[in-house]
Amino acid sequence: MEFFKIRRDIPFMRHALVFNLISLVTFLAALFFLFSRGLHLSVEFTGGTLMEVSYSQPADLNAIRGAVAALGINDVQVQNFGTAQDVLIRMPVQKGSNSSQQSERVLSTLKAADASATLRRTEFVGPQVGDELAADGLKALAFVVTGIMLYLAIRFEWKFAVAAIIANMHDVIIILGFFAFFQWEFSLPVLAAVLAVLGYSVNESVVIFDRIRENFRRYRKMNTTQIIDNAITSTISRTIITHGSTQLMVLSMLLFGGATLHYFALALTIGILFGIYSSVFVAAAIAMWLGIQREDLVKGGMKKDEDPNDPNAGAMV
Amino acid sequence: MNRYPVWKYAIILIALVVGGLYALPNVFGEAPAVQVSVAKAALTLDASALTRVEEALKAAGIAADAVVQDGASIKARFADTDAQLKAKDAIQKALNPDAADPSYVVALNLLSRSPAWLTALNASPMYLGLDLRGGVHFMLQVDMPAALAKKAESLAGDIRSGFREKNVRHGGISRNGQTIEIRFRDAQTVEAAKRVIQDQFPDLVTVESADGADFKMVASIKPVAARNVQDQALKQNITTLHNRINELGVAEPVIQQQGLDRIVVQLPGVQDTAKAKDILGRTATLEIRMVDEGAEARSAETGNGPVPFGSERFLERNGQAVIVKKQVILTGENLTDAQPGFDNQTQEAAVHLTLDAKGARIFRDVTRESIGKRMAILLFEKGKGEVVTAPVIRSEIGGGRVQISGRMTTVEAADTALLLRAGSLAAPMEIIEERTIGPSLGAENIAKGFNSVTWGFVAVSIFMCAYYMLFGMISSVSLAFNLLLLVAVLSMLQATLTLPGMAAMALVLGMAIDANVLINERVREELRNGASPQAAIHAGYDRAWATIIDSNVTTLIAGLALLAFGSGPVRGFAVVHCLGILTSMFSGVFFSRGVVNLWYGRQKKLKSVSIGTVWRPDSANQVTTN
Repeated sequence: MEFFKIRRDIPFMRHALVFNLISLVTFLAALFFLFSRGLHLSVEFTGGTLMEVSYSQPADLNAIRGAVAALGINDVQVQNFGTAQDVLIRMPVQKGSNSSQQSERVLSTLKAADASATLRRTEFVGPQVGDELAADGLKALAFVVTGIMLYLAIRFEWKFAVAAIIANMHDVIIILGFFAFFQWEFSLPVLAAVLAVLGYSVNESVVIFDRIRENFRRYRKMNTTQIIDNAITSTISRTIITHGSTQLMVLSMLLFGGATLHYFALALTIGILFGIYSSVFVAAAIAMWLGIQREDLVKGGMKKDEDPNDPNAGAMV
Repeated sequence: MNRYPVWKYAIILIALVVGGLYALPNVFGEAPAVQVSVAKAALTLDASALTRVEEALKAAGIAADAVVQDGASIKARFADTDAQLKAKDAIQKALNPDAADPSYVVALNLLSRSPAWLTALNASPMYLGLDLRGGVHFMLQVDMPAALAKKAESLAGDIRSGFREKNVRHGGISRNGQTIEIRFRDAQTVEAAKRVIQDQFPDLVTVESADGADFKMVASIKPVAARNVQDQALKQNITTLHNRINELGVAEPVIQQQGLDRIVVQLPGVQDTAKAKDILGRTATLEIRMVDEGAEARSAETGNGPVPFGSERFLERNGQAVIVKKQVILTGENLTDAQPGFDNQTQEAAVHLTLDAKGARIFRDVTRESIGKRMAILLFEKGKGEVVTAPVIRSEIGGGRVQISGRMTTVEAADTALLLRAGSLAAPMEIIEERTIGPSLGAENIAKGFNSVTWGFVAVSIFMCAYYMLFGMISSVSLAFNLLLLVAVLSMLQATLTLPGMAAMALVLGMAIDANVLINERVREELRNGASPQAAIHAGYDRAWATIIDSNVTTLIAGLALLAFGSGPVRGFAVVHCLGILTSMFSGVFFSRGVVNLWYGRQKKLKSVSIGTVWRPDSANQVTTN
């Protein structure tokens, strides 16, 4: 089997401007939704109480809402979780009342209304923890960004580092934009997924940069645009296959992982799709506009490269 | 060209055997078990307890798969949870005839079902997190400002009596937050006061200032001393929690310090959060009273008469009754510290108590009048009192430093000190995070994680085999090897596996295949460019290596960031993610190369390799190799 029967290098860079405009528009839209709608943060970040209650029959959400509101708890969200029998109840931090006892009061009220109500899990997070988690999340993001930039700058060149980070931060913003637009719940596992995507999609750009460097050494006569086109064309099959395989795994999580892993898998799916796009079309184009050239990458390394691995060293079979 | 030296194969073989051995316990899984341990420090778990457990099971007609004694606990394993619950009740009844005063902790637990020889190798299944096995998780914040304020309060009292002893005339001592303010009329007294504080209170720093016609001195606790106070408060709270949780009957409670002022408590298997919270939040109180030594009381002590009016009957820790007067002399509030130690003269084990100024004054007065009499120190928890110790007063005790000694082992001294501290000192705590996971949800989560990994793995393997033929098969085998190594490493490290951890396992497998795709595509490309099969394999692996390193390092950077800054579920994800990346480097490159070398390396005149279609744009004829 071979999916990719490409005869000539595809002139990706000729359309770089179009690709980047598309990117820019998506990026700005994501930013817009992020600021206008904001993220629907989970209890872990906002503080509050979360209860998952299971019933033997499909649950009557309105009755539950009424019962909880009757306890004097405000801004309660009640929704189904996974199945019609399972209900998720979210309560914000209540001022003045002892929040750790809140869940017990609610459960006993629900039990009184319907004896089949059983508590599957509860989560209570104090407001101080939530703030810390948000701060830690930002710190982790900063660490990843600087770490990756440093590594790429050492291994390749600063222009690549900048290009890769811009391309991949744009992935992250777009994932967040999706979560803001659909008001999907942004929880700690989703944060983990977002950061994992950052590492994963940079690795995509790295593969292409690696090829660009190799091509600079190999094909003396090509100009930068041709080199990049060739690099993308020759890695496109592995890009698609790798992402396809990872997506198979994520799909399996989406199908079998249940409600808990749902948004985690969703964040990864968006990340993988946009990861391909950004690393192929955006990162390389930005690197091109930043003016990468042969001298940036090939300096000093020439002597070392005259080893049996160099295809230009002559036929050696 | 494509041959591995023997030592490389040896490494692969060793990794395979060790990985297999340590991953094996996960296949056997865990069985429901009942765990028995002692609830009181005075008791030890001896062979008789083991026989009692066995007899209790026999009497109840429950067949245990195994009953073993392992260090400080006895574990009995059962086939199902029904037998486990019945057995728990039976053992509970047999070992703790008095339910109100249990001598043994009987708890439900999970025990590895793997054979003894595996256990002897220290191989155990992966440690499941709370979201997979069910249980409760609490995070408690210790109120450090309150602890420091309390310390300042007691220091203020000490300063007051210190000044009185040295005849320093002050215009008032008051506590203001965590500092102590002292007023003076003239400058000489300030100097004198400063000397007293420097001599007697090394933990304080003072700042003087003029306040109108008066002088003011502000004493604050030195940062080093403040840190000590906080450390003490935290340790103290942790030990107190340990004692209380013993009562809950939890097999493997986790009570850990987190950061400077937090404590994490995890109770696997506990479902009754209300009770758990009640126990965690309970405060113990300490009272010092006099022992009633009248004739009437003596007969009541032996059980031959009624307890006299104005007195109460309490039990000592060893079960002996003590008749104690109702009048309270001191409470735990006046006790600032209790430490185990030794008597200066006799070198006997002793407990050293430190009282605050008010406590010291009362104590001196009481002891002066009651030499030769006994006093009792009582600890009240849940409204139930217990006599911790009832020593005889030998002499008048002033200065607030009390020593209890005689007829005590060092272990008992440490125990008593801990109990005394439990009733005092501890800074208030607040639950700032709580998580409860029902047991059925835990089992469901395991199934979900397991299914995600399995089906994802199957799908990827089928695709790889179809697309890359034999090379795809080798890639799938190395992917399986990666999973084996990852499970083995997680089992060895006993890192906590959570649902996000299982998601990371699936994700890391999806990412690990990247290395093999890179290699296989490279080999195809080399073949397309006309390289001989052997050269293509060689060049494919070599060229792909640099790319694989780069891409794995960037992924690892993200993983490490999650590990460093993440907490809870994120950490569980990050641990598996990072380990998975490391094992994938070994399996995806080193191991798969080994298999390829074994298969093709020997063939000198290799004509074709089975890597699926190698399509050539320049000629119409495709080279299909199988």
